[in-house]
Amino acid sequence: MIDVAIIGCGVIGAAAAFELSKYQASVVILEKENDIAMGATRANSAIIHAGYDPKPGTLMARLNVQGNAMTEQLCRDLDVPFSRIGSFVLAFSAQEAKTVQTLYERGVQNGVPGLQVLSGDEVRQMDPLVSPEVVCALYAPSAGIITPWEYALALAETAVRNGAELRRSTRVTGISKIEGGYRIETNREPVEARYVINAAGVYSDQIHDMVAPHAFTVIPSKGEYYVMDKSECYRARHVLFQCPNEAGKGVLITPTMDHNLLVGPNAENVDEPQHPSNTARGMAFVREKAARTMPSLTYRAAIRNFAGIRANTDIGDFQISIAAEHFIDLAGIKSPGLSSAPAIALEAVKLLKECGFAPEKKEHPVTTRRKKRFRFMSEEERKAAVSENPLYGRVICRCETVTEGEIVDAIHSPIPPCSVDGVKRRAGSGMGRCQGGFCGPRVVDILSRELGISPLCVLQDGEGSFILMEETKKEAQA
Amino acid sequence: MKELVCIVCPKGCRLHVDEENGFAVTGNSCPRGAAYGKNEIQNPTRVLTSTVKITGGAYRRCPVKTDAAVPKGRLMDVMRALNEVEIQSPVSIGQVVLADVAGTGANVVVTKAL
Amino acid sequence: MYDLIVIGGGPAGLAAANSAWQKGLRRILIVERDKELGGILNQCIHNGFGLHRFKEELTGPEYAARFIEMLNSTGVEVMLDTMVLEINDQRQVHVISAEKGYQVLEARSIVLSMGCRERTRGAIGIPGDRPAGVFTAGSAQRYLNLEGYMVGKRVVILGSGDIGLIMARRMTLEGATVLACVELMPYSGGLMRNIVQCLQDWGIPLYLSHTITDIQSQNGRVSHVTVQKLDENRNPIPGTNLEFDCDTVLLSVGLIPENELTRAAGIEMDPRTNGAVVYENMETSVPGIFACGNVVHVHDLVDYVSAESERAGAAAAEFVLKGKREGTALTVQNGADVGYTVPQKIRVSDVEKAADLFFRVRKVFRDSVIEVRSGDELLLSFKRDHMAPGEMEHILLPRKILDQARGDTLTVSAKEA
Repeated sequence: MIDVAIIGCGVIGAAAAFELSKYQASVVILEKENDIAMGATRANSAIIHAGYDPKPGTLMARLNVQGNAMTEQLCRDLDVPFSRIGSFVLAFSAQEAKTVQTLYERGVQNGVPGLQVLSGDEVRQMDPLVSPEVVCALYAPSAGIITPWEYALALAETAVRNGAELRRSTRVTGISKIEGGYRIETNREPVEARYVINAAGVYSDQIHDMVAPHAFTVIPSKGEYYVMDKSECYRARHVLFQCPNEAGKGVLITPTMDHNLLVGPNAENVDEPQHPSNTARGMAFVREKAARTMPSLTYRAAIRNFAGIRANTDIGDFQISIAAEHFIDLAGIKSPGLSSAPAIALEAVKLLKECGFAPEKKEHPVTTRRKKRFRFMSEEERKAAVSENPLYGRVICRCETVTEGEIVDAIHSPIPPCSVDGVKRRAGSGMGRCQGGFCGPRVVDILSRELGISPLCVLQDGEGSFILMEETKKEAQA
Repeated sequence: MKELVCIVCPKGCRLHVDEENGFAVTGNSCPRGAAYGKNEIQNPTRVLTSTVKITGGAYRRCPVKTDAAVPKGRLMDVMRALNEVEIQSPVSIGQVVLADVAGTGANVVVTKAL
Repeated sequence: MYDLIVIGGGPAGLAAANSAWQKGLRRILIVERDKELGGILNQCIHNGFGLHRFKEELTGPEYAARFIEMLNSTGVEVMLDTMVLEINDQRQVHVISAEKGYQVLEARSIVLSMGCRERTRGAIGIPGDRPAGVFTAGSAQRYLNLEGYMVGKRVVILGSGDIGLIMARRMTLEGATVLACVELMPYSGGLMRNIVQCLQDWGIPLYLSHTITDIQSQNGRVSHVTVQKLDENRNPIPGTNLEFDCDTVLLSVGLIPENELTRAAGIEMDPRTNGAVVYENMETSVPGIFACGNVVHVHDLVDYVSAESERAGAAAAEFVLKGKREGTALTVQNGADVGYTVPQKIRVSDVEKAADLFFRVRKVFRDSVIEVRSGDELLLSFKRDHMAPGEMEHILLPRKILDQARGDTLTVSAKEA
């Protein structure tokens, strides 16, 4: 029997695994997809919120502010791209100016550092393309941007290096109470664990219901986005929010850590959370709303659309509690979940301890990680990298300047990718303006070579997403 | 009178072929167009380009073509014949990999040195 | 120090290097990121290349081989598998390769011949799922022709650009079913001969003024697309749905000149072509840096790429051997229904006999006239019985006509006769 089983390896499961892997305890992470961070973590606004949004007194308020504060050091330790660029909540009317004031007060109550209400002109001085109609804004200097899948990967990889075991393509089908813990049935081998953490994102209500009376319902909400070419990154220097409404934080415009510009999301409740798709309606909504923030914005340099799913619930807060004996819910983690992740992980450990979990800390757990990113290297660093490993001299993704060295390193990383998009999330290849048109076939080739599999078996992304159908000239083989 | 677009060159001349008048062609801007129009109505033919398996080369397939146009209706027969071909690097441009393919009289030749 | 560094060893770079050699330059280097010369021609195994240049119909690899053979008889140096990371207006070229590491090379002149890339799904915002099975036509072509893999069995093609049309035939020949070719515009973006021999020959329907409005998936792979007819404003018309069960979508929705190096070097760009602004000799706004081929504007025929690139190579040689051109320039402006022109600037005093001018019209014309004006004065006109946006137009502007231009602009326009 293992000590702790974590169900779900999004950023929350990964953060919990990272924290637990510092203890002398056996940890298994069960992930239904063939890679980690395949749900809400892979497709969101990539913001570390300051924490003025949640109502004071909620878990969301406390964990957001705490998580935000923890993120900087964590990202430095784990080599995750993060930058505290600050955010604005823009007000376009006297009514919205009141909302901004309310948010300011909430933020102060929540303990958000450095909040200021700035005039429209002050905002435009700091972010010149913001609409002339903006009358004032809440400025939150502690808000930041992050690469969310890299964040989850860094946490999960470090957990794995500390001995945690990640089982991918392993879907939980049932949980039963056994002597001293739980037996978790999956589509593969069952797992027996003393403690269970439910970090199953949009499926966290279903996992909860396997062991405890129904307590909350996830209402999956879909958000659609545009990603723009690097040539557009200059348009926003800060995260530009509009005033929040019932549906969420509204359409934002923000630079990303890869120097793209991100625009979105809308918010739409959906029944089927598995494959959120883009719709003409949703994309039009995003364009219409974003134009309010930045009238000069155009979509000529769009390079990708995506849609993400958020685990909204019918309760107003995160569901973080002991759901049953030895069973912790880290459930219904909607926005600001990404911002709160490291604080939620500490919360999980605290709750486990309340349940009787009492292992010693490891003497020297791994808590740091370094990654080579050719595109961010100086000339001298590039020279050194290529002389150390010639594969760092072969550029595979020319849009993002990702080398074969980085791709091969990614394929042999602690959580090896099994798809072209898995490589993309780790190395950055295919993220750019040609969207893998050029490097895709080359990455297929490298994956096939390094994994010793036929190119026909290489996936684009999730299970079943085969790229190639068959060989030509088959008869000649027969 | 039949109307068709000439495919001999990218210009795309609109040809008129008079079937009742010895397949006389008008609308062409070169003699090759006239020949194409006449032929296209009576016995349309195409040069086929495809690939064959190659071992030992930089790629897994070697591009080839028929060295003469073959009847349009026979293109799939030629493709089937190509499935049986497997060549060994090195090969050079113009090298015949299949003579008189599918009885069309055309040879299949290599179009890239590999 | 090189006399000339050519960035990109596709058809443009090959022709430029050859021509510069013929004009007397000796220290010439081609930097190519792929493992062989020839660029995209290597995967364009179909025929139709070289009718202008060689008066015979060649396949892509054969056309490339002709230029590579010419190059082999020169002393032009080639670096393969080498990526250019940066160029600057001091004509320094930063390159990296697995073999030779990071190097900073210097040149008296540079020719930019990086070609273009394909427009993607993200650039045109097709709604729907994002499964495997959506390819740009060129990626699918590479898999099929070089690597021997079929990307799918039931295919819908969006866009009627030439690569898409060529792939419709190639996939059909290899046993796939191409269900439809769907074109947003009311006319095809490809050459008429390709519509005939790639679609009509194989009974593949072409839907003009249609687009894909939804992509659905099963198990991570494309399973279905919805196509709708568009009104004059390109909005889908309800109730015009065509439904296709398919496993693959190929995109042939345009090419974009690959100018990241150009922009980073501070060279003036033309938003109409997405390429550098060039003079009559293909020189960019930075003296001694020239550009040619699809990196300047997207061509339909490689023969024209070669011709343009030979001019660029010759001009680089002239720059190195004789010094820079100093003449004042006329700016060529778009008149009615002309989308862009290349060159954008002509230094009349440097034109020997005539200046080549390339452009595209914005709509389909039957009997029509191309007019070249200086102010209100008509300098020159050319008759055409057919013009289309998918077909690049070429006119020659004789020096003696250019000498008549007043002011500093020249306007090229198209109209019905």
